[in-house]
Amino acid sequence: MKMQIIDLHVNGTLRTVTVRFADTLLYAIRGKLGLTGAKPGCLNGDCGACTVNVDGWPMKSCLMLAIEAVGKNVTTIEGLKNTSIQQAFIENFAFQCGYCTPGFIMNCHSLILKHPDADDETIKEWLESNICRCTGYAEIEKAVKSVLEKK
Amino acid sequence: MLPFDFDYYKPTKLNEAVALYQSLDKKEKKPMFISGGTELITLGRINLAYTEAVIDLKEITECKVMKFEGDHLVYGSTLTLTKIEETNLFPLLTKTASEVADHTSRGKITLGGNICAQIFYRETVLPFLLADSQVMIVGSEGMKVVPINDIFKEQLQLKNGEFLVQLATDKRFIEAPYISIKRRQQWDTGYPLITVAALKMGEEVRVALSGLCPFPFRSKKLEDSLNNREWPINDRVDAALAELPRPILNDVEGSSDYRLFVLRNLLHDVLEGLDASF
Ligand code: FES
Ligand code: FES
Repeated sequence: MKMQIIDLHVNGTLRTVTVRFADTLLYAIRGKLGLTGAKPGCLNGDCGACTVNVDGWPMKSCLMLAIEAVGKNVTTIEGLKNTSIQQAFIENFAFQCGYCTPGFIMNCHSLILKHPDADDETIKEWLESNICRCTGYAEIEKAVKSVLEKK
Repeated sequence: MLPFDFDYYKPTKLNEAVALYQSLDKKEKKPMFISGGTELITLGRINLAYTEAVIDLKEITECKVMKFEGDHLVYGSTLTLTKIEETNLFPLLTKTASEVADHTSRGKITLGGNICAQIFYRETVLPFLLADSQVMIVGSEGMKVVPINDIFKEQLQLKNGEFLVQLATDKRFIEAPYISIKRRQQWDTGYPLITVAALKMGEEVRVALSGLCPFPFRSKKLEDSLNNREWPINDRVDAALAELPRPILNDVEGSSDYRLFVLRNLLHDVLEGLDASF
């Protein structure tokens, strides 16, 4: 098994990690950097639990090789500090077991940055990428809308 | 987790990528071109894809372009579907692309990756089939430009070591009236059952389909039947249904009878939507 040393820009710091070329970004940030906020779910791009941000856009980190993230800015849920969307999730009870929450928050966070005036259709299109096993969709919708409306 | 290891190359020039493929192929490394790479990961993890050498095409300049060149709109093969949608230069393509996978995944899935994918659902090829686009392909014999309708037969007919660089589409088709409908069996999410894309050029309707057969297609015969204005609309749709390629998919997403039932209605919707039902 050949290991490679690569530099990843994660949450504003340059981190050196040893990975296989075949390792996903999800594996690298959880297994090598201890950033366990991004959750492994389907590992197949279907559930969105592993969503992080890459250069400002939402990215399913199970669908990206760690090597593909070299030279890009990766933000995980640990990199968000006191954002309005995190507060809104608390205020709107937008989670139950919480497993899907980091992924949803990272997706919502990008949506708010990229489309601060998102209409219902755009919100739905973006949030369809994530699944909540506890079906807290109504509360999640309320949370993201509360932030968008304030903008 | 991918159960095999590979080397990873990221060429920035077309000829570099071609040469890499040839040398790796000679060394029996089973080289694979990737652009978004989502199929390498999702199929690799269940042993349906294998390689010992990945050649990532994302950084090749020609593969990243998105611009008008004279009367043609040129798209590079490694543009992500999100980028294409956000720029929205070709509304039918935007609409059709927005029906692939989900929004987040479309930030990774690329145009070339979707067109050349192994899965049945390769919706982004439909607008290019309708618009008689030209494809630019590079390989060991150099560069060639071919009409997509000559080289897309169930899939893009690429020789070993060739890859898709760009697609060029005449403006006339980009401005034409269009319709794109995706029908799913259940709810608004989940796998598509059938996707239809259609363009109206003058009085003629062009139709391309994905999710009906194990491959996307556009059929001239089907279009001729649909466009036969001498017949009443029901007969035109019936005749079109008799011209379908085979096999019709029959799987958990829908039986073949159900798919044909849905298609009949879809063809009516297309003709009505494009004001061509009389
Ligand atoms: S774990 Fe990445 S999408 Fe499910
Ligand atoms: S809160 Fe449990 S999966 Fe969403």
